[in-house]
Amino acid sequence: MAELFEERKKTFFNFRSFRREKAKKAEGLPKPGDEKEEVACKACHKVFGRGEWKENLYVCPSCGFHMPISGKIRMGITLDEGSFQELYPDVKGGDPIHFPGYPEKTGKAREKTGLSDSLYGGLGTIDSFPVLAAVLDSTFFMGSMGEAVGDKFVLLVEEAIKRHLPLLVFASSGGARMQEGLFSLMQMAKTAAAIGKFRESGGLYLVVFTNPTTGGVSASFASLGDIALAEPGALIGFAGPRVIRQTIGEELPEGFQRSQFQLEHGQIDKIVERKDMKGVLSQVLRLHGNVYEGTDTKE
Amino acid sequence: MKAQTQKNELKAYERVLLARDKERPNIVQYISCLFDSFLELSGDRIAKEDASVLGGIGFFEGRPVTVIGHHKGKDLEENLSCNFGMPGPEGFRKSLRLMKQAEKFHRPVITLLDTSGAYPGMEAESNGQSTAIAENLLEMGRLKTPVVAIVTGEGCSGGALALGVADKVWMLENAVYSVLSPEGFASILWKDAGRKEEAAERMRMTARELLEDGLVDGVIPEPEGGIQKDPQKGMEEVRKAIRQSLEELDGIPGEELARRRQEKYLHIASCSAPGQEEA
Ligand SMILES: [Zn+2]
Repeated sequence: MAELFEERKKTFFNFRSFRREKAKKAEGLPKPGDEKEEVACKACHKVFGRGEWKENLYVCPSCGFHMPISGKIRMGITLDEGSFQELYPDVKGGDPIHFPGYPEKTGKAREKTGLSDSLYGGLGTIDSFPVLAAVLDSTFFMGSMGEAVGDKFVLLVEEAIKRHLPLLVFASSGGARMQEGLFSLMQMAKTAAAIGKFRESGGLYLVVFTNPTTGGVSASFASLGDIALAEPGALIGFAGPRVIRQTIGEELPEGFQRSQFQLEHGQIDKIVERKDMKGVLSQVLRLHGNVYEGTDTKE
Repeated sequence: MKAQTQKNELKAYERVLLARDKERPNIVQYISCLFDSFLELSGDRIAKEDASVLGGIGFFEGRPVTVIGHHKGKDLEENLSCNFGMPGPEGFRKSLRLMKQAEKFHRPVITLLDTSGAYPGMEAESNGQSTAIAENLLEMGRLKTPVVAIVTGEGCSGGALALGVADKVWMLENAVYSVLSPEGFASILWKDAGRKEEAAERMRMTARELLEDGLVDGVIPEPEGGIQKDPQKGMEEVRKAIRQSLEELDGIPGEELARRRQEKYLHIASCSAPGQEEA
């Protein structure tokens, strides 16, 4: 989590100096009326208007860098238009170890993002195929997992079981929410238990790794999918690169822990570009049509 | 299952040091004291033997059980051969293999947790560290045989939890259990690893705090100065805890045990738990 923060801070300062005027942090949400506002690519530092980023699904038109996107944008580009119906929007965590400043920080994050915590999810369809979709939103506490994420994950999984729906999760997380102490670690066991229950129900669980998915999220529900896809260039791993570097005392090879590396090491099924994601998900769902005959999301 | 109240209140970081003390008994001593006719079993059947996780079968008070735990080693040579008790995926896979075997032969599983975490190395990452931990968490959650976990020393991060999903989770009085080390916590949240004592106080990582928080089920009292001061006496308390847990779990059908454990973990550390409502 720390290295992720450092990395983001560094990139932020890099391109702030590159475009000193009013370049925005790349993962910021597009606001209406400022489509011409310019945003620099975090990877190649080339600058494009917000409109162009949006049109290109927030993938750099020049180098193909997949910019982190919010849960709302993810649902918008993945699900059929107008099909998303959010569930459990109000699950909020507390302050289980009474960590100084934590309630204020979560309060601010809620205000800034409009989310109750980092897991965002609900019902929707992909090419008319009903799914229960969830996204860990990295704009909220870097998608880290605390009690709110764990609790909401269980609620969503139980909803998927009850409605007999495939479960689709876009993972993106810095790991455990450290401000919640051991409570955050226990969410790994909780979310894994939820997937255990889901497996027993015979449901299809799809995971899409997005950049980055590390720590406690990587080592729990994110690595338990029946089918695991990843966006190009996503960092996926348990230990972060900085910790590994410190431990082994040498530089890590180029591309270490990135999607291509994980594909080569047998950890994921397929790398899928953002523009192709909906199509591939739709294909996977159709290939499991026999499991879901007669399912309907309507209540 | 409350701990006996002791007069001397140690600071959290003092307990961290006690938990990490090289003189503290390690899994080898627990096994020789508590389990008879122990047979060590090795390997994950896929890639290699990972000595940071030690496992096998033995008799506990006359009944066969599977024992699995982290092994840090006593001296540098042993430390190196078992990678300081920091498992790679092969260690987690070995433990899962032994747990499934225990389930097949209706043996309870006793796990002993003592690790500073899963090994953060290139090979571990290349061979599926995340998946190995995740599968352990999932499968332990639905094992159809009794599972008793005891944090004997340092229970740190996913590397500890991967052996710690159990019907009954005990902590020795001076053991600690945390999402990461207090040094790591301080360096990440405060950018100052030097504030480790303060971090340890803040993190609620001691046995009694975690019992209060409902994250562990019992605290095993230690002799004055820690179990290292009088291992025989301390081990007798560990024996009592195991006996008590097995007596409680005996007679519950495997399916029912798995269902109850799943329920326990679906609701553990929850924001709606008593005392955890938002302030
Ligand atoms: Zn670019």
